[in-house]
Amino acid sequence: MKNYHTKIISNQEISPGYFRMKVLAPDFGEKAHAGQFVMFRVQRSLPPLLRRPFGVFQTGFLPADCDGLPSKEFVEIVYKVVGSGTSIMAELHEGDKVELLGPLGNGFDTTTGPGEKILVGGGIGLVPLYMLAGELIANGCNVRLLMGGRTRDDIFAVTEFERLGVETHISTDDGSLGEEGLVTLVLERKLQKYPAAEVFSCGPMPMLSAVNDICTAHQTPLQVSLEESMACGVGACLGCVVKGAGHTEENPSYLCSCKVGPVFKSQYLDWSALKRNDDTLPGSEENCGGCS
Amino acid sequence: MNELHKKTAKRPNIAVEIAGIKLRNPVMPASGTFGYGEEYAPFLDLEKIGAIVTKGLSLKPKAGNATPRIAETTSGMLNAIGLQNVGIDAFIEHKMPFLRTVNTPVIANFFGNTLEEYGEVAKRLNDIPEIAAGELNISCPNVKQGGIVFGTDPKAASEVVTLVRKNLQKPLIVKLTPNVTDITVVARAVEEAGADAIACINTLTGMSVDIHTRKPRIANRTGGLSGPAIRPVAVRMVHQVVQTVSVPVIGVGGIMCAMDALEFLIVGAQAVQVGTANFVDPAAMLTIIDGIEAFCIDEGIGDIGELIGSLRV
Repeated sequence: MKNYHTKIISNQEISPGYFRMKVLAPDFGEKAHAGQFVMFRVQRSLPPLLRRPFGVFQTGFLPADCDGLPSKEFVEIVYKVVGSGTSIMAELHEGDKVELLGPLGNGFDTTTGPGEKILVGGGIGLVPLYMLAGELIANGCNVRLLMGGRTRDDIFAVTEFERLGVETHISTDDGSLGEEGLVTLVLERKLQKYPAAEVFSCGPMPMLSAVNDICTAHQTPLQVSLEESMACGVGACLGCVVKGAGHTEENPSYLCSCKVGPVFKSQYLDWSALKRNDDTLPGSEENCGGCS
Repeated sequence: MNELHKKTAKRPNIAVEIAGIKLRNPVMPASGTFGYGEEYAPFLDLEKIGAIVTKGLSLKPKAGNATPRIAETTSGMLNAIGLQNVGIDAFIEHKMPFLRTVNTPVIANFFGNTLEEYGEVAKRLNDIPEIAAGELNISCPNVKQGGIVFGTDPKAASEVVTLVRKNLQKPLIVKLTPNVTDITVVARAVEEAGADAIACINTLTGMSVDIHTRKPRIANRTGGLSGPAIRPVAVRMVHQVVQTVSVPVIGVGGIMCAMDALEFLIVGAQAVQVGTANFVDPAAMLTIIDGIEAFCIDEGIGDIGELIGSLRV
């Protein structure tokens, strides 16, 4: 991990409120794993003061120029405009200077062997699942992706997932794209059909919590990626902790979501505490740190 | 100043001495913003900063407060971490081996829930020869016991400093809270009780409310405000304390760049601590050190001592 003083390659709105941003980042890819994140410094002046965390969508190389120089390596993030920081980001252009710290955190464990893998992503929670799908497919797994959103605007990168060889299934709350209804209903069906599957998920807490309930009932292994408020991203401020399984007042267990996470195996988390805290995290970046 | 000038100019002496500890420059992290040092090793050369200040240590491990613990505010952040730390035993076993490899003075910040605990932790620090000094935290606004209870009452502050001074065979820095009517009263009390240096200020108690949920934005309801928003308050209080006591003062509060640090030095701080800025830029302290040096060259200052306390009023 390092702090890149770098430049934006591209910053495009792909769906109302959703942007994809490519940033120059030499040697980023060889260190990055699916599920890791970056801390993005929006601008040198204030506000906003703190960096914003964003999941890595993918890393790669730009097509080579004709100048014979080696092709440039990039990291790509996808973000949703929800507050002051992301609003400023949406106005940035190619060539603008930015700072990016990463890759950070513990990503998904993709060493759990071949077989059926079901990925469940809600809205901006689809971001870390793209690299994950790529890694799982490279490991010889069958990957099915359940994409969920309020409306069609929350669904993106479908073709790219499909190009990896992922079977996609879309559901939206209003039926504007794919099946009408919650993505978790589809998960129920898929688990009936593939009882030996392993599940990976990222998205809003109500969805994650429902995914956890279903996986617990089916005794299905589950890894989730959480988003928490964070200031430093490197395990120093201890602002982003979540309660671990078995947490009690007498025997407390707080896990740093930037260092131990952001990906956790579900059995290590205190789900009742996560659900309780959820209603204190409203949909504004000022509170949530900015992934969504 | 042009590049050539910078290269040929004689480098100023920016080393300082605080309570007998020699620092290569006056810049160190504020406790709680730099982990145990190792967290930031990938981003900056720890042998370039003046000192390392650890996360606050207690006798037993401490789990900290409920979440959410932080919230950004205008030009600042509120935190109520609640002094989560590994405890002195785990610090010695797991964190010291790394710190021993770094050729930079290590200052151990510490606290207790009770007077006795403060005294006990101080004693334990004597077992670690590589710890250059102790920084006594009587100013955390986010825990019920310990911390601020001692820091807001001059009598209680005097009592805890007297005990710790007796138990600690190392230089003692006492970190003060700004959440008092008159900081000079507490400053005088801790100096008389034996503090070798004073660090100020800790965070200002603040609160922020989410207007949609109508809940406080951090679980503890109130938290400590840090960041550039508090800097003018900190400069004012450092100025007042410098005027009051004769022990060295370390200035803390909202320092983001060299210019900010210089304000504290000019009002009389012998050194500065950088906190929230580490979160924004993990190499912030290096930029600040370079900036202080460049300023000295620009102003024709050969020794930083000429700058410290040079306020013109």
